[in-house]
Amino acid sequence: MEELIVFVVTLAYAMANLALIALGLAIVFGMMRVINLAHGEFLMLGGYAVVLSINNGINIWLAMLVIAPLTVGAIGILVERLLIRFLYGRMIDTLLATWGLSLLIIGLITVIFGPQTPSGALTAPIGSVQVGARSISGYELFLIAMTLGSLALVYGVLRYTKLGLLARGTMQRPDMAAALGVSTSRIYMATFGFGSAMAGLAGGLLAPIVGVLPTIGAAYVAKAFITVISGGAAILAGTGSAAVLLGGVENIVTQLTGPTMGAVALLLAAVVIIRLLPQGITGRFFRRSL
Amino acid sequence: MTRDRGEDARLIALAVLAIAALLILPGTLDFSTAYGLISAIPMALLGLSLGLIWGYGGILCFGQTAFFGIGAYAYAVWAVNFGDTTGAVVCAIVLGAAFAAALGYFIFYGRVSDVYLGAITLVVTLVLLQVMRRTSGPEYKIGDALLGGFNGTGAPPMRVPWDTGTMLIGPPLLYVSLGALIVCYFVCVAITRSHFGRVCVAIRENETRAELLGYDARLYKLGLFAIGGGLAALAGVLSGLAVTRVTPELFNLKNAATAIILVIVGGRGTLIGPVIAAFGIFYLQKSLGSQQTVNLDLVLGALLIGFVLLLPQGLVPAVMTLVLRRSGRRRDFKATRRGRRPGRAATRTGRGVDRDLQAAE
Repeated sequence: MEELIVFVVTLAYAMANLALIALGLAIVFGMMRVINLAHGEFLMLGGYAVVLSINNGINIWLAMLVIAPLTVGAIGILVERLLIRFLYGRMIDTLLATWGLSLLIIGLITVIFGPQTPSGALTAPIGSVQVGARSISGYELFLIAMTLGSLALVYGVLRYTKLGLLARGTMQRPDMAAALGVSTSRIYMATFGFGSAMAGLAGGLLAPIVGVLPTIGAAYVAKAFITVISGGAAILAGTGSAAVLLGGVENIVTQLTGPTMGAVALLLAAVVIIRLLPQGITGRFFRRSL
Repeated sequence: MTRDRGEDARLIALAVLAIAALLILPGTLDFSTAYGLISAIPMALLGLSLGLIWGYGGILCFGQTAFFGIGAYAYAVWAVNFGDTTGAVVCAIVLGAAFAAALGYFIFYGRVSDVYLGAITLVVTLVLLQVMRRTSGPEYKIGDALLGGFNGTGAPPMRVPWDTGTMLIGPPLLYVSLGALIVCYFVCVAITRSHFGRVCVAIRENETRAELLGYDARLYKLGLFAIGGGLAALAGVLSGLAVTRVTPELFNLKNAATAIILVIVGGRGTLIGPVIAAFGIFYLQKSLGSQQTVNLDLVLGALLIGFVLLLPQGLVPAVMTLVLRRSGRRRDFKATRRGRRPGRAATRTGRGVDRDLQAAE
């Protein structure tokens, strides 16, 4: 029984981790067909926001849940205004420009903070939880809950708010939305900002267990990218199903043979998915979902 | 098939220049420049391989470094096990091409489109990076060659095929690298001017139309991708020899990005562009030196953004357009570009250049 609980928690954490990392990218890709290769760096910036806040004596919860998303959201809006908006409809050019952006951010952060992590008192704020003779990380449980919370938040915003309605309308028919008096440019800006804020939140939440380095983005972006591409265009259903599938494969293989083969299995699973379903999982299943 | 005389003349001039450089350069350069060039030439070759498959085949491969790293590891493993470096180079090229063909089979026969193709290739190289980093420990070895995890494994210096006692280190390695780059460049030129190469360009321009004409686009793309993989693997071998070590960092994002940047800056649809860009970036890196205020990531990132936004066709096509305007061919060029009067004059003159320019658009 204890074994089973531990197994289920690690499995759920592997899935939640992928979903959390990929959610911000999925919003931007699903709504705007823009793939932001600087997504990993947005997560990294979220981590830096948390570390700098803590070093200045701010409460860690405030730093992770409020400061990180707001900071990165603001940076995202800036990036959209200065770079992305010139490239709508040119998917490849957007990819290249955001890749340039990713290098630029790495370079800037290295110049400002140096190549080493400046974290002082950054540790996971929740201890472990006893399950019989075994213990599981309380912070991982918290992250699973936060992932579910984030997914619910995105669903709520897109489904039930005025802004979400306008955003979905704009993505479906920008010309019609504009004719009805919606400022599509602002909607694009807000959507990109929202996606960036979710990236910042994920980066902030993961900072205590992953650490903070200028080059940490590379570790995130591959996983996020592969999850979103395997998932396809539907934001929540795509990210959710891909995260469950890929996270499940990775975690089970890792538990059986170790982390190296887990990473390889994740890749192979994704390649097979894309080979069989070139439009991602939601290109064929759950097509009408959000 | 009509050929452009100007293009032939340019190629001959370039060949003369390249051979002159090969004869003069290694003897005259100071030590640090020569050493830097030995590291810069593999990047030029990597850029050339991507310039071939992306510029001429329209295959946007984000993970050209996958073949780059595999080539380097294959060389090291073969050379350590058998002591024979000539066979090791051949093995590296064959393995790089074979891996590209296997990956290409999944991609092209699955009809995976642009962005997804980029995603798969990028992920492949990143996973290779992570996997190779974890191979530390005595249990990870191929024959006698330990893979060595983070620290990588030693790349034994190349030996002269007919005189295996002589090792190629220092200036002789510069001869080898530069010679390899020149040979590969002209091989690529030959490929792009062959029937195969022209079909690849046709597929890039309009895949459906090329298939309706009876060409199997998947097979042609697969072939071009495999050639690109072999070239990248050779670049990896030279890169490993330059530092006498093969590490997982060959697979990293920075190298992958550098290859893309070389093609963007140099220009899609040219082969010389990425090579020129590689030497330009080498010069930039050398002038930035080791000072801390502006680092290379920053400059490369700004360069990539700047070119995508402001000069998406790249340097070489932009310069060629300028030169053509000066030499009075502007009218023909405009006619073909706008597609309004693609008359006889336009198809005969400046054919190669027109092709390059169209590629850049």
